[in-house]
Amino acid sequence: MATQVLMPALSPTMEEGTLARWLVKEGDSVKPGQILAEIETDKATMEFEAVDEGVIGKLLVAEGTAGVKVNTPIAEMAGEGGAASAPPAPGGAAAAKQPPAPMPLPQAVPAAPAPVKSPQAASPDWPVGTPTKTMTVREALREALAEEMRSNDRVFLMGEEVGEYQGAYKISQGLLDEFGPKRVIDTPITEHGFTGLAVGAAFGGLNPVLEFMTFNFSMQAIDQIINSAAKTLYMSGGQMGCPIVFRGPNGAAARVGAQHSQDYAAWYAQIPGLKVAMPYSAADAKGLLKAAIRDPNPVIFLENEILYGRSFDVPILDDFTIPFGKAKVWRDGTDVTIVSFGIGMTYALEAAERLANDGISAEVIDLRTLRPIDYDTVLASVQKTNRCVTVEEGWPVGAIGNHLSATIMTRAFDYLDAPVLNCTGKDVPMPYAANLEKLALVTTAEVVEAVKSVCYR
Amino acid sequence: MAAKKPPETSNVSKDELLHFYREMLLIRRFEEKAGQLYGMGLIGGFCHLYIGQEAVVVGLEAAAKEGDKRITSYRDHGHMLACGMDPRGVMAELTGRAGGYSRGKGGSMHMFSKEKHFYGGHGIVAAQVPLGAGLAFADKYLGNDNVTFTYFGDGAANQGQVYETYNMAELWNLPVVFVIENNQYAMGTSMKRATRSRTLWERGAAYGIKGEAVDGMDVLAVKAAGEKAVALCRAGEGPYILEMMTYRYRGHSMSDPAKYRTREEVQKMRDEKDAIEHVRELLLQGGHASDEDLKAIDRDIKAVVNDSAEFAKQSPEPDLSDLWTDVYA
Repeated sequence: MATQVLMPALSPTMEEGTLARWLVKEGDSVKPGQILAEIETDKATMEFEAVDEGVIGKLLVAEGTAGVKVNTPIAEMAGEGGAASAPPAPGGAAAAKQPPAPMPLPQAVPAAPAPVKSPQAASPDWPVGTPTKTMTVREALREALAEEMRSNDRVFLMGEEVGEYQGAYKISQGLLDEFGPKRVIDTPITEHGFTGLAVGAAFGGLNPVLEFMTFNFSMQAIDQIINSAAKTLYMSGGQMGCPIVFRGPNGAAARVGAQHSQDYAAWYAQIPGLKVAMPYSAADAKGLLKAAIRDPNPVIFLENEILYGRSFDVPILDDFTIPFGKAKVWRDGTDVTIVSFGIGMTYALEAAERLANDGISAEVIDLRTLRPIDYDTVLASVQKTNRCVTVEEGWPVGAIGNHLSATIMTRAFDYLDAPVLNCTGKDVPMPYAANLEKLALVTTAEVVEAVKSVCYR
Repeated sequence: MAAKKPPETSNVSKDELLHFYREMLLIRRFEEKAGQLYGMGLIGGFCHLYIGQEAVVVGLEAAAKEGDKRITSYRDHGHMLACGMDPRGVMAELTGRAGGYSRGKGGSMHMFSKEKHFYGGHGIVAAQVPLGAGLAFADKYLGNDNVTFTYFGDGAANQGQVYETYNMAELWNLPVVFVIENNQYAMGTSMKRATRSRTLWERGAAYGIKGEAVDGMDVLAVKAAGEKAVALCRAGEGPYILEMMTYRYRGHSMSDPAKYRTREEVQKMRDEKDAIEHVRELLLQGGHASDEDLKAIDRDIKAVVNDSAEFAKQSPEPDLSDLWTDVYA
């Protein structure tokens, strides 16, 4: 039974190669694994092995021939022995068939311009008449954790100093006492390891809440967050889920220098498979963290050390959650839309107040989540005000504001009366000196200036 | 590696030997077929064959029970076949077709089966090590007696996250068996060019983890070591390290010219240490099977493998709408 030996593909990109040398001659008996020939690819000279045993018939391509296309017959081979050792024909119909056509590339832009919903007024996240209490962001986060741990015993908190130390920033204060060391787990300082371990626990059916003492340390573990947590559902064709929350303070604190002052919003918001929340108020911190813990997907939950101590009204409700992908309009306005999130809201709201004194009416939108982003609320507002300024603490290159600008240009170009301006942190590592640090961060004055610029005032 | 042992048939049944023979042969023939399909352009990208290392997964699976988990690197085809995943689904994933385990979206390095407790298939060297400890953490948290086999190679053994994981696994007594498949080459770098450590399993001692080196070309030795490790883990005395001394006959991947070792070295391993030949001799010398019996098995395996290849060729490519599915649950 004669079969053909075909020119093999020996690298992911190889289409043709040079048959450098035959190591067998016509009439030779060969065994599986025996080297038949040396083949030069674009990267290396490779040895080409026999798969089955047999006798080499005619050599169809001479030594030294260049440009031999993959799947070209290069030799004939006769099988040996009985049916058991008869080689399955590597050639034939399958070899003649063209390789599968490559899949079309994903579209860079998610959708064509679509109609945008009519502008909406500010809408409260809880029913009118609901009693509220004043809480700090810190207390709200703690309450969210405790409530979710009470309602689902597969939820556990893991991280450095979350237990006996009561939390480096005291978010987990008291949780060890209530839930015990099985569910409030102190780890060694080992971010790469414990992040992978927690992702594995999520694969195994648990709902981990992983605290990074600050998100700066998540860079030690970013491979596990992106390659393991975010992509596995897709790579498994939908079989494997990863219900995990990565949370901790993000962005600049104060005077901690370049390695501890960094905003990861744009980094993580780029990753399909992750969800990203970055709350500003205590109510949003509570409602979004509860939603994050219940979410079947991996969630990056970006808190802020400076906001931890700020107080806000939080509704008194048995089960208060905020859905992902729904922005909050903090202030209605008609002249310009200011879009921000997280601590950037501090500057956005302060700027709006000052601008009001100058007779400029700013609508202020808090995105609250960066993946998904509530484009509709932003676009509806821009269609009303015809101007937009974005505010964030992160760096200017590849910023969330850049993405919003592109989206607004793509979907609401005709509504714009001025270019969208992005207020961001400066394009430098965070300096330590107090005066320089202040200069590096985005400021209320810069937001005011940007708004006046787009209003041509 | 120890010299070839004389046949030991006293404590192993004929059925078990035949099972080992079949399972190892299935992996080898499957991988040979995968190599062939790669050469034909039907399998793309990276394709890491397991040929030579078959005894490791087959021996350890013999020590596992239902509910135990396994997780490994990108050299994963053997692990999947050994834990009972369907060769058709594995091969169709290699060809990127809708009939594959990940519906064509994972490929050779990224396959999973919740049903068979196979947690991948991971493309980043050593990333599966903390993940495996996390699976074991989940089982301990849930209070069952399952064990997780966490496989990695001698190359992965030099990644820092392995030792972060060792530390936590011992600290929390996780029921995880760390299986180091020491095939002697981390891609093209031999172990002696990568470390001054004499062995890899002894590194566990720094964290208080016990372990041992095992002749990974001897399926019976592998099974015995696996049973011991699993028993310790089930008794709450995990983790445990098994360093399987093994050898891959093929290159690191299909595009590896393997110039870092001699042809003679590979041939010597094949001639003197081959795991399948070892069991074949035990079967023949023990009078458990005739040449004809084994040929019949060979024919059966070839039929299974050819069927999987045919399925993998015929299965359609994924629907274009599948590009957008499974990003979020």
